[in-house]
Amino acid sequence: MDDTRMYEGEAVEEKSYKMEENKARKRFEKMVEAVFLFCAFMAVLSVAVITFFVFARGGPFILEYGIGKFILGRQWQPLGDVFGILPMIIASIAGTLGAILVGVPIGIMTAVFLSEIAPAKIADITRPAVDLLAGIPSVVYGFFGLVVIVPLIDKWFGGGGNSLLAIIIILAVMILPTVVSISEAALRAVPREYREGSLAMGASQIQTIFKVVIPAAKSGIMAAVVLGIGRAIGETMAVILVGGNTALIPESILDRARTMTANIAIEMGYAFGMHQDALFATGVVLFIFIMGLNILLNLLTSKAGD
Amino acid sequence: MRDNSVKDKIMRGLVWLSAFVTIGILVWILTYVLIKGMGSLSWAFLTEMARGDGEGGILPMIVTTFYVIAISIAMATPIGICAAIYLVEYAKPGKLVRTIRFATESLAGIPSIIFGLFGFLFFVTVLHFSFSILSGALTLSIMVLPTIVRTTEESLKAVPQSYREGSLGLGASKLSTIMNVVLPSAVPGILAAVILSVGRIIGETAAIYMTVGMAPYIPKGFMESGRTLSVHLYLLAKEGISFEKAYATAAVLIIIVAFLNFIANKTASALNRNR
Repeated sequence: MDDTRMYEGEAVEEKSYKMEENKARKRFEKMVEAVFLFCAFMAVLSVAVITFFVFARGGPFILEYGIGKFILGRQWQPLGDVFGILPMIIASIAGTLGAILVGVPIGIMTAVFLSEIAPAKIADITRPAVDLLAGIPSVVYGFFGLVVIVPLIDKWFGGGGNSLLAIIIILAVMILPTVVSISEAALRAVPREYREGSLAMGASQIQTIFKVVIPAAKSGIMAAVVLGIGRAIGETMAVILVGGNTALIPESILDRARTMTANIAIEMGYAFGMHQDALFATGVVLFIFIMGLNILLNLLTSKAGD
Repeated sequence: MRDNSVKDKIMRGLVWLSAFVTIGILVWILTYVLIKGMGSLSWAFLTEMARGDGEGGILPMIVTTFYVIAISIAMATPIGICAAIYLVEYAKPGKLVRTIRFATESLAGIPSIIFGLFGFLFFVTVLHFSFSILSGALTLSIMVLPTIVRTTEESLKAVPQSYREGSLGLGASKLSTIMNVVLPSAVPGILAAVILSVGRIIGETAAIYMTVGMAPYIPKGFMESGRTLSVHLYLLAKEGISFEKAYATAAVLIIIVAFLNFIANKTASALNRNR
């Protein structure tokens, strides 16, 4: 009798000990999950902190100086406390637009080549090449532009070569890998049946690609273009090296130009006081452009996901 | 019908031409920089101190670049992996996850010059880290975070559900399933994420220029300024100090990046073979 009771008592103790252990284990698992959640939240925190600091520093300046005067001002003379960034906004938009016009068709066509046309062996060589193009540092592109593209422009068109045209060419090359890889993924995601259906109806391969596959991949390709725009408008060092950096509205494609990014990077080294505030304010304007693009991208990709 | 076949030929030609242009540009840049750079690339160039503002070797730049990479990766990788684990293994679809995803996408879209402004303002000025390896590494760890999170996420998603079920079925807890079963199978993907991030850090200029500075010496500690290879190339080219050295530095950068790409491809194909 006694023996069994003792045994039972031990079992109960054992059980409660096990439950304790289980509880501790559960608590530990919950804690670890909280750590994971915190890490996942770091991205949100970072975006919030970055936005806050840049706006807190640049925002008040814009309001004080006048939004209109700042954004539409045609003159940038830090020594005279005149801060108009219209020339930089125009240069950024013109450079990006030009890069998109040149780079996007080549990029989409290359994506078509990779996903639809290229023999497997050639595609296997081309894809790592595109990856490598994505990996080359922007400053190397800028340097290459400076020593090769700028002299070529000078030789063919005159004017010294440092120009909006040089910016456009370099940016077009720099957005290529983004456009190619995202578009290729979008093209590959188009179901086989679409192609088979079109081919079965008597359309040629090329007709199928351009009339069926590309339209079906539209939102993915648009996302590629938006990402390309983001990369182009945010590029800094390469643009500084080839652009000539004159803070005037470029009147032709051969004029020197200074983008918003270049404006910040060139003058940040020695700016202080109001001048430095104006550079942060330039960052705010750039930031608003980028945020707009991000929201657009988010709409496009969530549409693509449906 | 004939009309169509001519059109087809033209379009097909344009597609081939575009691919040719893409590859051609790469080959052009690589051969041009490597041929011009090889001339002044020597053992001495890689292992000597810098003299003045751009003469001499690039040892300090190599060391600084290495420091910045090591600290950024050491900070970003654990956070990125944990974030990816949360998103793939724990998160339930909803507002929170959407917010985190949107923030990660946004972070990836922020240009490096904005990171530079932020790093300069927050780490250099507000936290008084001054122009230093630490300021730069903190800035860059935020910058590469989205790359690590997204690539790790992909590789976690690629781990078959049956692995998890098997482990849970044997009585392992969720956490130990993740740590002992899921994570080990995702290692090649995580490695690829780290390599991609290293490449990104090596290539970064604007954000580093504004946080690490440009002192051409070997930093004695993490609170000191230094000059990475990319910043060095930028200064050489921008100030026209020495094009010969600039070519050689650009060649070094290209060789490193090509090597990293090669390894990343190998890792990725090893990953595909295992599937």
